[in-house]
This record gives sequence, structure tokens and C-alpha cells, in this order.
Amino acid sequence: MSTAGIVRYHLAKEVTLPLMLAADSARRSLRRATRPKRTPPDWAGPPLACADRLRTIMARHYLLARHAAGAMPIAWVTSGAPVEILRAMGFYTVYPENHGALCGARMAGLDMSAPAENAGFSQDLCSYARIDLGLSLGARSPIGPLPRPDVLVCSTNICQTVLYWYKQLSHRYGVPLVLFDTPFVADELDEGTLAYMVGQLEALIPRLEPIAGKAFNARTFESYLLRAQRTSLMWGEVLASMTTRPAPMTIFDAFAHMAPVVSLRGLPVSERYYELLLKELRARVASGIAAVKGERHRLLWDNIAVWFKLGDFIRLFSQNGCVFVAATYTNAWAETVHYLDPAKPLESVARTYSLVILNRDLKHRMELMERMIRSYCVDGVLFHSTRSCKPYSVGQYDIQRALSRKCNVKAVLIDADTTDPRSYAEGPTRTRLEAFIESLDAGTSTQGAA
Amino acid sequence: MTAARFFAGLDAGSTTTKGVLLDSEGAVVARFFRASGPRPRDSAQAVREQLAAQAGVPADRLPLVATGYGRAQVAGALKTVTEITCHALGARHLVPDCRTVIDVGGQDSKAIRLAPDGTVADFAMNDKCAAGTGRFLEIMADRLGVPMQYLGTLAAQAKVPASVSSTCAVFAESEVVSLLADSVPSDEIAAGLHEAICLRIAALANRVGITPPVAFTGGVALNPAMVSALSSRLGSRLVVPPDPQLVGALGAALVASRTAQIIP
Repeated sequence: MSTAGIVRYHLAKEVTLPLMLAADSARRSLRRATRPKRTPPDWAGPPLACADRLRTIMARHYLLARHAAGAMPIAWVTSGAPVEILRAMGFYTVYPENHGALCGARMAGLDMSAPAENAGFSQDLCSYARIDLGLSLGARSPIGPLPRPDVLVCSTNICQTVLYWYKQLSHRYGVPLVLFDTPFVADELDEGTLAYMVGQLEALIPRLEPIAGKAFNARTFESYLLRAQRTSLMWGEVLASMTTRPAPMTIFDAFAHMAPVVSLRGLPVSERYYELLLKELRARVASGIAAVKGERHRLLWDNIAVWFKLGDFIRLFSQNGCVFVAATYTNAWAETVHYLDPAKPLESVARTYSLVILNRDLKHRMELMERMIRSYCVDGVLFHSTRSCKPYSVGQYDIQRALSRKCNVKAVLIDADTTDPRSYAEGPTRTRLEAFIESLDAGTSTQGAA
Repeated sequence: MTAARFFAGLDAGSTTTKGVLLDSEGAVVARFFRASGPRPRDSAQAVREQLAAQAGVPADRLPLVATGYGRAQVAGALKTVTEITCHALGARHLVPDCRTVIDVGGQDSKAIRLAPDGTVADFAMNDKCAAGTGRFLEIMADRLGVPMQYLGTLAAQAKVPASVSSTCAVFAESEVVSLLADSVPSDEIAAGLHEAICLRIAALANRVGITPPVAFTGGVALNPAMVSALSSRLGSRLVVPPDPQLVGALGAALVASRTAQIIP
């Protein structure tokens, strides 16, 4: 950390970036005002006004990251890492998974992963990992360069792949890897496992302190914990707004609007953002504004998004009156937040991060999906079997079969990927999805049909 | 416009484009086939014109519903409907009490479970590759140097099937090459290929659950060796309707008759 670096960072944060972003926003408004108006498709409700703010926040996060090097310690973290501890030590955090999703949405998945595949990494490896390893091998990101990490923090609550992926990063960047291992929770979390995780969190703090150049402060940590909790609770309310019929937003919106709760959790900017979004959603609910006009079928999405097909899926489903109102994926950042407890900070962090959907058994996932189907009045479930994420995709056939019987819902499973278009076939997938919509329209019970 | 007297279904499949014309009584009055070829849009248009000529109306006056892989390419359709819905409707029309439909076409294979009222209760399709489809058999017939129509007869001559473990068309082709190099008789190889593809289709069918009667549709159902191999693999009798490759087009024509009567 150098004084010049710190000055540069603050200059960027307080002066240059706000000016750049304001100019960008003005440019966009001007373009909108002067461009001939495109008639929105007849199914489209008014877009969320908050989307502009979201764009600015995320752009600022990635632009500021470039100035963070030399000003503050930089940690690359997995989506399920206990980030509140890092925040309390002043780390700037970068989420390679979020970066991978952004690359996928910009159709850059293939180009980004090519250097990793050329270096011998299998095409069967998670495409987020391949994108990230590709970046370390010189691929140019459409999001711009990411700052080099000073430390890598990895939690196994989402998969075991992250461990080997981050070991590779550690080797390539020559920086330490800090692991938070969360044993798989079959049934209940036992005391021994809890103690094992708390022990790791206690050991992790003195390892991070010298890298941060700063002592861990318990009170600062608690304040981040509380803010993270408030933010995640608000995220839960954002999702719950879709229990309303017609839904004021869709899961496709949520796939974008989840970025702050993932990447900026615990920071004031994300808390303020969800206050704003919630306010807008409440107003939409009060005036009955629908995200999709003519909502006929309400659907549940299982697994991560197919980032490179978002636009096509939005059109296909919306024009047929099908609205995704819930997703196990977006729910993951709201589902365990109630465990956070400043009175038992480390223990509650261990619970919050180990009891997430991907670290629990199928029975838990089944019951969660059943609850979601009932509370969101869901008529159909789409299972995205993701080539990249086996822990999330395994068991989907069994869940599909059980849910269609138990909950009287239609279900369809598609083979695709988060960012790799080679794992997706347009014709067969389109047929499956259209047939699914046709069967929703036919609207018969699947119960007792076996 | 008065209610149309004829209703057409056009199934723009990956290998063949099929057309069926129904009269107002729901009887099939004409059927047409044409290789989809490299320009499926042209093939679809040609079949559409044949249907219209048979109905004695200009093509733009013929109520037509399109299905199949190339359904979006068919000009002048009232609507497009997926093969799943069309095969379910067509099969149910021909085999009125059927509860399961197994369709094996050129590019995909599917298993459809029907509710007691005949609507689609559940379905499963093959993955994005050609494993378990007619295309697989086409490639293998080509490698064995026999016409596609003869592959089933050849397989029926085998005393024991050769062991073919792959259902991936590319891998299975290399297996066939090795078997031929080892002088394994081609009838045994053909039988082995039938076993391999049936295993794949049976897995698909078991995923949705088999409820008899089971209708077997699509061009591959014309192959008697497939019917017998699949039937013994599933442990269930398979009902093959006449012209099984036309079932999708028939379903589309049935949708056309319903739609055209709603939209005058």
C-alpha cells in the first residue's frame, strides 16, 4: 500500500469515476432522448427504473477495482466466501464468478476460456473457472482488466471445484490461498462440524491480518455483519415481491439485480440500492404494474442462469405469458441470512455459509422447492442442467419427478451451460421449451398419470 | 371467409418434410413426403403447394399448422406447434387409448406420457446430439454399406448381436469400423447397433414412465427390427400406427382443423 496509490484510489473514487459515470449516464439519456423511439414488445411492462442505478453501481465497482491495486489489499473470493470478515479488514473484493457471468452475458465465454483450454484445462471444467483461468493466461475481458489478487479466499460451500480452481490461481499469481472448508450438511448441522468451521474462521483471521496490514476489529466486523444481514433481508423482500400476481419483476430481472447482494454485500452502497429497488417494487405492486403483461403461467427456475441466452428466453417466455417468479439460485443469497447473529458472530457466519442450498442434501432442496412452489403459486418448473455446475445439476431428474407428482406442476429440463454455448443446442432446446409452454397451456393435472 | 373444407399439417423434419391433408370429416385425403434437403424452406413450400393443389385452393387460403424442426421456416402457417404436442395428438387419433408415445425421428427421439384425457403429462427428449435417433442408424447403414431400409432386415438375420457399447454416433462408427476389421458379420453388427439404440431410447422412455398402450411413431418405427428390439427391451407391446412417420403431420393437421374452426 503506497501513499500515492491511496491518493490515486481516493481521487478516482471521489472525483474521476463519479464524473465519468455521470457523463456516461448523461450520454445514455441523450441517446435515449434523441434516438427514434422503439416500440416495446406488446408483452413488456415498464422496465425497472432502478436498472440504470444498478448499471452505474456495477460499472463503478469494476472501474474502481482497477484503482484499488496499491491502495488497499485485494481479495479474490468465491460467491459463498464469508466476506464480512474481509470487509472488516479493508479488503477490496473481486468475485470471479460474477465476472464470469458478466462475460457470459456478453457472449465472451468462449473467447475468455480459450487460453485455459489451450493450456490443457478440460472443456468439462466449470466455465466460470475456465474464464477465470483464461484471464490469468492473458484473455482480454470485455469487462476490463481485474486487479491482481493479494490473497484468494475460497469456500467449498458451493462446490469442490473452487478449491482446485483457486489453487491454480494461487500458483499462477503467486499469492496465498485461504480456505474456508464447509463440510456437506446431510440432514442437520452437527456440533462437531460447527466447531471445525468456527476453528477455521478463527485461524483465518491471523492469516489475513498481515496481508491486510491491519488488525481485525471485532466491532467493525459486527457492523458489516449487521449491514450484510439487512441487505440480504431486503434482497429476500425483493424476491418476495414476486409472490404478487401480476409479478412486478421477473427472475430474469433478479438475475441482474442480484449482483450487489453477491459482490457488494456488507457495503453501504448495496444496502442503499436495495432500499431503492424495494421502494420501486412496492410502488409497482401498489399500482398493479406487471413486468410481463398478460401473465398466465408462473414458473420456478432451478440452477444458475444461461447467461448467453437471457434475451431469447425473456422473449420466448414473456410473449407466451409465462413469468419466472422464483429461482433457487437467486434465493441462495437470502435463504440463510437469518442465522447471522452479532452475539455469536463466527458461529453464525459458519451456519449462514454452510447451510446454503448447494451444501445441503436433496431432501432439503426438495422441501425448499416445494415451499417456493406453494408460496409463489408456481405452475411449472424449469430445471437447467448445467454442464458447468454438477453439484447443482445432480439429482434434478429425481426432483423433477417427485415435484411433478407432489405439487401438481409441469416440469421441463434443459441441457445448457452458464456461459459456454457449445453445451447448448438451439433446436432441441427450443422444442423442449415450446412443448413445455404448450403443456402449461393445455393445463391438465400430471397427478395420477403415472 | 367460410369454414375451410380442408386442413393441412406440415411436419418439417430434419430428414423428411411431411404433409397431411384432412377433410372436414377428419379423414386423411392426401399425404406427401419430400426430402428436407439443404433448403428446408423450399421443401416446406413445395409440400405446402402440393397440399393446396390437392385441396383445390390457393396455398394462402389453406389452413395449415407447421411442426417439426423447421416449423419456424414454414411460410403461411396459422401457427407453429411442437412435435411433442403434434405426436401426442396424432398418436392418440390413431391409437385412441394410448398413454405413451415413443417417437424416433431423424434428429431427435422423444418419449411422451399422456394423461388419461390425452394431453401431454410429461415428456423427455434426447440430448442435443444424435445418439438414439434415426440419424444414428443412417450413419451406421452407410458405414455397413447397406441401404437404410435394409438395415432392419439385416439385423433380423443375426443369431447373436455384436456388442456395441456406444450410442454416440461418432464413437459407435469407430466401433463398427473395428468390428468390420475383425470380420464380425454385418448382420450381427446391425443387430448390436439396434440393441445399443434401444437401450438409449428405453432409458428415455423409462424416465417418463411407461404406461400401456404404447404407440411407436416416427420414421424409425418402420424398421421391424427396431420394433421388436425396443419392445423386448421395454417389456411392453408397441403399437405402430399406419404411416408412423406421418403422425406428427397428422397431429398438426388436427390442430389446424381445431384452430381454423375457432378463427373463421
